[in-house]
Amino acid sequence: MSDIILEMRNITKTFPGVKALDNVNLSVRQGEIHALVGENGAGKSTLMKVLSGVYSYGDYTGEIFYQGQECRFKDISDSERLGIVIIHQELALIPLLSIAENIFLGNERQQFGVINWFEAITRTRELLKKVGLNESPETLITNIGVGKQQLVEIAKALSKEVQLLILDEPTSSLNESDSNALLQLLLEFKEHGISSILISHKLNEVSKVADSITILRDGATIETLDCQKDTITEDRIIRGMVGRDLTHRYPHRTANIEETIFEIKNWNVYHPLHDDRKVVDNVSMHVKKGEVVGIAGLMGSGRTELAMSVFGRSYGKRISGQVFKHGQEIDVSSIDKAIDNGIAYATEDRKTYGLILIDDIKNNVTLANLNAITKNAVINEPQELMVAGEYRDKLNIKCSSILQKTVNLSGGNQQKVVLSKWLFAEPEILLLDEPTRGIDVGAKYEIYTIINQLAAEGKGVILISSELPEILGVCDRIYVMNEGKIMGEMPKAEASQEKIMQVIMQQEEIVES
Amino acid sequence: MSNIVTSPEHSMEGALEDAGSMGSIVKVFRSNIRQYGMLIALIVIMLFFQFMTSGTLLKPVNLTNLVLQNSYIVIMAIGMLLVIVAGHIDLSVGSIVAFIGALAAVMIVKYDINMFVALVACLIMGGLIGAAQGYWVAFLKIPSFIVTLAGMLVFRGLTLALLEGQSVGPFPPTFQKISSGFIPDVFSVEAIHITSLVLGALVSAALVYLSFRTRRNKQKYNFETLPVSLFILQNVALTAAIMYFCYLMSSYKGLPNVLIVLFILIVIYTFITTQTTIGRRIYAVGGNEKAARLSGIKTSRLSFLTFVNLGVLSALAGLVYAARLNVATPKAGTALELDVIAACFIGGASMSGGVGTVIGAVIGAFVMGVMNNGMSILGIGIEWQQVIKGLVLLMAVFFDIYNKNKG
Repeated sequence: MSDIILEMRNITKTFPGVKALDNVNLSVRQGEIHALVGENGAGKSTLMKVLSGVYSYGDYTGEIFYQGQECRFKDISDSERLGIVIIHQELALIPLLSIAENIFLGNERQQFGVINWFEAITRTRELLKKVGLNESPETLITNIGVGKQQLVEIAKALSKEVQLLILDEPTSSLNESDSNALLQLLLEFKEHGISSILISHKLNEVSKVADSITILRDGATIETLDCQKDTITEDRIIRGMVGRDLTHRYPHRTANIEETIFEIKNWNVYHPLHDDRKVVDNVSMHVKKGEVVGIAGLMGSGRTELAMSVFGRSYGKRISGQVFKHGQEIDVSSIDKAIDNGIAYATEDRKTYGLILIDDIKNNVTLANLNAITKNAVINEPQELMVAGEYRDKLNIKCSSILQKTVNLSGGNQQKVVLSKWLFAEPEILLLDEPTRGIDVGAKYEIYTIINQLAAEGKGVILISSELPEILGVCDRIYVMNEGKIMGEMPKAEASQEKIMQVIMQQEEIVES
Repeated sequence: MSNIVTSPEHSMEGALEDAGSMGSIVKVFRSNIRQYGMLIALIVIMLFFQFMTSGTLLKPVNLTNLVLQNSYIVIMAIGMLLVIVAGHIDLSVGSIVAFIGALAAVMIVKYDINMFVALVACLIMGGLIGAAQGYWVAFLKIPSFIVTLAGMLVFRGLTLALLEGQSVGPFPPTFQKISSGFIPDVFSVEAIHITSLVLGALVSAALVYLSFRTRRNKQKYNFETLPVSLFILQNVALTAAIMYFCYLMSSYKGLPNVLIVLFILIVIYTFITTQTTIGRRIYAVGGNEKAARLSGIKTSRLSFLTFVNLGVLSALAGLVYAARLNVATPKAGTALELDVIAACFIGGASMSGGVGTVIGAVIGAFVMGVMNNGMSILGIGIEWQQVIKGLVLLMAVFFDIYNKNKG
């Protein structure tokens, strides 16, 4: 078991002007799950690209030994031939092709260019069984959920006789139960002698499955922790990642909660395509001035759908119900009306729905409230520059200039631009949908601080999050959603992860029985 | 002690500064290469043909001709640019040019309707055509390529029907003046058109004032500006180019009416795209429609408006075109849409939307125009002209994308 399958020695990789990797060492034992953790930009993905041959030999310095042999990969197919397979964070599946077609893409079961479909489909069936996916090989990728797509990627890796599986943030878009199934699968692979390298931001998962953990920081190896010898706590890992003790992961706040400012009553939403599917079912909830309210629930429980439908009916059909602000019913029938009425919604998917990526920070910040810097339809550019500069300073957006394109910012800074946009729109109620998804520990802390400031300024904040510790750490009161319904409501003092999960599971049992 | 230490550093800094001013010119050039790249290309192409045609290209007569020949393409390119920036395309503009020309001819020549009534009716018709197509694209979400491909066939067909397959003309002299008229000269001096020179001087002064104001604003907010020497050089070059151009034009018949129309359109649309809310929002829609919608922007309505706008401008181009040919024919404006679209892409617009400038599209149109004109003077056959234009389009877009990836 303790044979070294992979050893990377003194890997250094420079990009113009930046040293992305500086003498990094990594050694992985045969049949272990080796976690690779570090903040965004620490060099995890770059290291894996070196390993898998995306950066060919010569682009970096250092040595790679795999199964005792020195390897100099020219491209991905070189490393795949030796059984090193990488699954990227953004899945590389073709949506309109079937599972079988995807699994053998580029590696078709063929003779003289003619595909042998019988073999391909039989083989796919075996592979799907191995990963525990109960779908027909002919199902199109677009018709299965993200969790199942992830399993198809793994089946694809298995089809290449994988020896060393590299997973880059495999669970970042999966819900709790899909994540668990995936991690379980890795443990099974381990039994069969397949080694894995797991890159993840979710430290609870890492401490659950990893045999050893290598921490990278600023392109350098900080340490490798052996989980079999010692018990490694999450705090221990974080200390290595940020280089200091992060005593409080959530900034302290004294809540100053006043009267109710926002209320949703009997809210119903139907699916935009399936007319008879109710995605939000008779939801009523309220937020008080200066309060941070959390909505907990699994992915697909209707949280995003609720928020978006309230925000100017940007999701769903046949919407019914009432929305009140300061006790007065308000019109939220279109997005501009919702914004005018002081509602803001910061999306969970900042790249698709939050930012104009090809545009600069300045234009993104002012987009939702252009009228504030406009006179007679003409934009006051000096004023616009000033506004953008103010938010850059206030939210500590790290950039070369406010004229930098947002596509070149890190995830945390992109999220700050999205928040700046909505702060500039001067809302009274903020709906924040997964505001810390995919961003590193340090930036998360900054986002929480911003949330606290908003509450202190007397705004009402609704926080949607899949991470229960975050909900517990930041919110004053928590609603639990499942299957489109509010299943429970509890103040912070009474809430715990167990209690929230219990509320969700209760419903599951009712549904099953 | 501290003096000894600091003095060498001081001289080092001095040396760095010297290297810096040289380096800054290179840097300024690099960072502006995309903005000025096509302008430089246009100048190079003009100089090339000026040399090859032994001076014919910039002769006053030919220069006037060049402007008249390309005016309708420029007019449409301005409208097309907005459509492309919003993330769409319009293939029907060539057919609209023919249809509006036919409509004008039938109204004016056949039915003897008052010319100004007919002109206004034609522009309104252009707007209606744009609205009809924009409705399908913006509200019914049919891809613009398909809708306007259909429009291209429909309006070509309607042109044939309207003209009953024949050419209708000639137009009355007042109508011809749209394209072939020149601004009147208030000073009566032989051989030179003073009004044109005065106009040129006024425009130069306005541009210098504007660039001075922008520079002052940038400095006020601590933004990077050109070094003083380059700034002066830039303005002198601009003024010289405008005055030389006006001098050439005024030694023939002066500035054509169409050029004044073009100038006004360029100013208005540059202003709209860079300084106004609606302009900013069109870029946002093209950049990321979903994010724009979730920022409270009425994305469908904006897309719709860009089509209406292009419809009106195509109608205007159709009138200029008909006035220039002095006849409406069923074949008018065939394949014109390709020149217009090419102009936008040569000028730096992006296929996927959200990127492009009005000035870029105008420069793109003139790149194509100068090449057409220059190659015709040289007697290069139409077959090779097409080949060369195609390759230039490909190279221009390649150059643009290559620069983008490098930056």
